[in-house]
Amino acid sequence: MHFVFSPPAEAAAGLLDLPWREPLAEWADDRLVEIRRRGLSRHVVRFVSEGGRVYALKELADRLARREHRLLRRLRELGLPAVEAVGVVVDRPGDVDAILVTRFLDHSSSYRSLFTAPRAEPADRLLDALVELLARLHLAGFMWGDCSLSNVLFRFDAGAFAAYLVDAETAELHPSLSEGQRRYDVDLARERIAGELFDLAAAGTLPPDVDPVGVADDTVRRYDALWDELTREEVLRPGELRYRVADRVRRINDLGFDVDEVELLDAASSGTGEGVRLRVRTRVAEPGHHRRTLHARTGLAAEENQARRLLNDIASYRGWLERGTGRPVPEVVAAGRWLEEVYEPVVRAIPAGLRGRLDEVEIFHQVLEHRWFLSERSGRDVGTTAAARDYYRTVLPAVPAELTESVPPPDD
Amino acid sequence: MAAITMSNIVKKYGDGFPAVNDVSLDVQDGEFMILVGPSGCGKSTLLRMIVGLEDITSGEMRIGDKVVNTVAPRQRNLSMVFQNYALYPHLTVFENIAFPLRLAKTPDEEVRRRVTETAGLLELTEHLERKPANLSGGQRQRVAMGRAIVRQADAFLFDEPLSNLDAKLRGQMRTEIARLQRRLGVTTVYVTHDQTEAMTLGDRVAVLRKGVLQQVGSPRELYEQPVNLFVAGFIGSPSMNFLPASVEGTQLVTPLGRLDLRDPAKAAAAAGREVVLVGIRPEAFEDASLVGADKRATGQTVRARVDVTEWLGNEQFAYVPYEAPADLAAQLRELSRELDGDQLRTQAVVALDAASLIAAGDEAELWVDTGRLHIFDPATGENLTRDEERVAELGRHAERVRLSQRGARQDAPG
Repeated sequence: MHFVFSPPAEAAAGLLDLPWREPLAEWADDRLVEIRRRGLSRHVVRFVSEGGRVYALKELADRLARREHRLLRRLRELGLPAVEAVGVVVDRPGDVDAILVTRFLDHSSSYRSLFTAPRAEPADRLLDALVELLARLHLAGFMWGDCSLSNVLFRFDAGAFAAYLVDAETAELHPSLSEGQRRYDVDLARERIAGELFDLAAAGTLPPDVDPVGVADDTVRRYDALWDELTREEVLRPGELRYRVADRVRRINDLGFDVDEVELLDAASSGTGEGVRLRVRTRVAEPGHHRRTLHARTGLAAEENQARRLLNDIASYRGWLERGTGRPVPEVVAAGRWLEEVYEPVVRAIPAGLRGRLDEVEIFHQVLEHRWFLSERSGRDVGTTAAARDYYRTVLPAVPAELTESVPPPDD
Repeated sequence: MAAITMSNIVKKYGDGFPAVNDVSLDVQDGEFMILVGPSGCGKSTLLRMIVGLEDITSGEMRIGDKVVNTVAPRQRNLSMVFQNYALYPHLTVFENIAFPLRLAKTPDEEVRRRVTETAGLLELTEHLERKPANLSGGQRQRVAMGRAIVRQADAFLFDEPLSNLDAKLRGQMRTEIARLQRRLGVTTVYVTHDQTEAMTLGDRVAVLRKGVLQQVGSPRELYEQPVNLFVAGFIGSPSMNFLPASVEGTQLVTPLGRLDLRDPAKAAAAAGREVVLVGIRPEAFEDASLVGADKRATGQTVRARVDVTEWLGNEQFAYVPYEAPADLAAQLRELSRELDGDQLRTQAVVALDAASLIAAGDEAELWVDTGRLHIFDPATGENLTRDEERVAELGRHAERVRLSQRGARQDAPG
């Protein structure tokens, strides 16, 4: 038997003593919890509560489990909203299928509860969230192959919804999608959404004014409109160029997407007559994911890579705290203690004369680098305090005072 | 229903590598066509071009009399069967099948007629009012098939549909798919890497290698009259044995002994060559002591030392190692690797009657049915002894079988 868990795996370690040798359907463990089911699954799916978190366990063939694990991780790397793959258990004895472990999305709702009368949420906001997710996947070259309401979880997001992909079993990643692949995916979504709403109607929980086929067709219209706005090429006259480009970029930003690249081609050379041809490449991922996470946890403002680094340090500090106390420590508690006990002492210790050479977050990041360097050299962990002291004595004074000045004036 | 006609189809990806290279293939109206080959041979890419998921780099794809190169997948009116099917727990089996028609706003009367008809074909009539949770695994698969049938698509497409099922359900579904396809007579293209599925399901089988179509023909034609080493090695399990041989007049000198080429066509094929590869299927061998005098005269006996035997009750296999010149041995290993095979050593696999008492270590006398051997050009892999008359005869036979099955379907009640 083989466990593959993605770091940080502190919480997942608590899952190791589950009865992995038994078929999932036969498990009897007091950590199993009932989550209202998302419909008729092709596989056995069960939920486990461990260390204050809920995990979804799905039993499926080794090859499929490994593949879905890889795809879900890839989605997360690209900053696409998907459930987090925690790990996969393969080569289970007795020819039993593998188990894919994902973290259940906290504070999320399924379409069944959101559509259910009498407190039904307006369908259009759910559809917008679903369509946005599908467009993000398509921009990234993902063909979902199974887009449906039941394969999505929704989170409330200040008056709107954010949709998260839950099931990537049939997904495929390509360098980019063909028109046929996108169409196929959208047509399938239309069918699946209608089917799921017919099912709610049969269960008697769909508000009577909701027409399943109407909602399904509406989803396709919304997707097409969004895709068109995100990727449409248009011909601009030279006089209106600046205004129109800015306008287009702003509209795309308003939809929650970033623009990766604006390309202007001579329209005459592309055979479409006068003017300039505007082609925009829309960025796939939600921008600034780590920045926002760090800010939410600590109030620190940082650039994206700095934020990723600091979040890693918080994660390892949390692991250290948990080992010390022998109990799970919530993320928000760990972040607060890290700020007070790790980050702020380092920043307070910056010698007055050297303050301002680099921004504080960058200095902290460099201290972490320096700690790694010193520890590597001496063969043991030197600790952050000692690393900071040495860094302030030997490295920071060598950073030119003008390094972080604004752009030097042109030399004319 | 419609024919699917592929002319000079090419698929190149960004790196310029042709995943499918100049494939021309006619799937006739109502025919069951299998696309088979080892992984990376282009079979799935070809299917995805039929469906409309992959752009066609060059060439022409027709469904019926319509060129569909740039037609959206849904407009092609094809049905991908079992692809991520979902059954809805609160809908009855009737509504689970009817659902594509509801989506198309088909009138109730027609929905009732088509669903009833489909359920009859699938033996689901008595389950129509039940919920899917109360069905067995096989019945659920049939409901999913019902949903594909009720659409009245022009063709069914399957992409390794059984690869994720357990062995028992896989066997059941294979039989079910074959039976239904014969009854419905719907044009079907089916991708698999499993040659048992290929041989048992298809009217014809198209073998692909590295994006190039090698041969298309009935399972029997591929087995008896392969065009080259690749097809000969891919079709049949255990694989055909390939023995290096030097040619001396009308004799082949093989590591197992000398074989006379009494068939003038085979002798002519070998004439003027120094070295050839001789292809002999395991079942073309027999324990010579069990072969009657009449039959013995139609072939030839050789003596060889048997390394291992496997007795399976209804048959038995013997393994006979042999020496091959280094260059040919390397070529045979390469072929075995490409076929995803596991025969890394140069050894012949010999099928013997289960009554044979040949044992491991024996210097055994083996009879070879020399009329069934093939001779291959070691440089090009080409089969030099393909019998075109026999090919034509097998083609007529396959067509007769297909038409009689189709006739039986039309005569069948319901």
